Amino acid sequence: MDSAKPLLSTPNERAAHPVQLRAIFKTFFTAGAISFGGGVVAYLREYVVYEHKWLDDEGFLDALELSETLPGLNSVNMSVIIGDRLRGVIGAASAVAGLLLPGMVVIMTLGVLWSSQRHNPYLRAVLVGVAASAVGLLTTVTLQLGHRQFTRLADLLFIGATFVAVGILKISLVIVLLTLGPLAIWYYRPAAHPSESAHHFRHLRERFHSHRAHWRH
Amino acid sequence: MNKLWSLAWVFALLSLVAVGGGTAVLPEMERQVVHQFHWMGDKQFRDIYSLGQVAPGPNMLMVMVIGYRLAGAAGAAVVAMAFFLPDCIVAFFVNRLWDRFSESRWRSAVQRGLAPVAIGLMLSGTYALARLSISNLMGLAIAAVTFGILSWRRVNPLLLISAGGLAYLAFRVR
Repeated sequence: MDSAKPLLSTPNERAAHPVQLRAIFKTFFTAGAISFGGGVVAYLREYVVYEHKWLDDEGFLDALELSETLPGLNSVNMSVIIGDRLRGVIGAASAVAGLLLPGMVVIMTLGVLWSSQRHNPYLRAVLVGVAASAVGLLTTVTLQLGHRQFTRLADLLFIGATFVAVGILKISLVIVLLTLGPLAIWYYRPAAHPSESAHHFRHLRERFHSHRAHWRH
Repeated sequence: MNKLWSLAWVFALLSLVAVGGGTAVLPEMERQVVHQFHWMGDKQFRDIYSLGQVAPGPNMLMVMVIGYRLAGAAGAAVVAMAFFLPDCIVAFFVNRLWDRFSESRWRSAVQRGLAPVAIGLMLSGTYALARLSISNLMGLAIAAVTFGILSWRRVNPLLLISAGGLAYLAFRVR
């Protein structure tokens, strides 16, 4: 896995033709503005890999693997990583600002309108329906994201333990992460499962190539 | 002023424990915002979550509306900084270090170990939202139809979510 791969062929070339900050901002702004209903990462891939060729697909998927392990939103983590690789700190800042700005304007507009109308029974009915529909969406996304984990007994146990602790018993997430996290990492410690080491996260690539990847969060 | 500090603290912490993304951190957000600090009722929390579903970009931008409800524009700004900045800083430095560990087999242990925990957290988030939004057969039907259609083919979720909202409205005013 060569995630350190430079984007342009050589460091010299990169220094000679740096990607403009404006181009980074504009690209992430577009992705942030048109990704209604989730699927931000799919749009980023479209622009960053296919349109601008700032990253090849391997590099993009390497970044996605890391983004999924990091805390925080996938799309934000992807923006930081891609922006940093293109232009360092200011590149990362431009990418994140571009990604979040359109949504911020829309959500604040909605939020202000909602605040003045929040007891309106019709509006509340619509929002209940939206939330119920989102339950269906989140179920699909979760099952799809975890399709590999759901077929392994050990992973199922970790999934179940996490769900019971957080979803049912409502134990603090910090406590759950500090106990189950190290336990699960220890279970997969090096040399514990040598025969599988070649297959790490290949599912992620398969998944992304499937048409369903469109609406991942 | 005190409220702004509490908001900053709570959302910065949420940002750092969001392993698995926005859905994964939803139960903890509800626990803090609704049950720990009593900043708002669970219905209001659900309604704000729904607003995030119809806005472009990451759905979790809805945290700004939580800040706005509690402390106006300053609250929205503080929550946005607290929820996004710590995570960006972590992503920035881990990304730069990560390549150095590309040979380390602990790196894949971390990835493989955290994956099922993240899935368990996403299930918890889905369940938390279901508890808040599905209280009758109509709600259940909307969730099931959305799930069915998305499992069957690629449709822009915004269409389904809007349809879900309108269906529930029709059910309420009939």
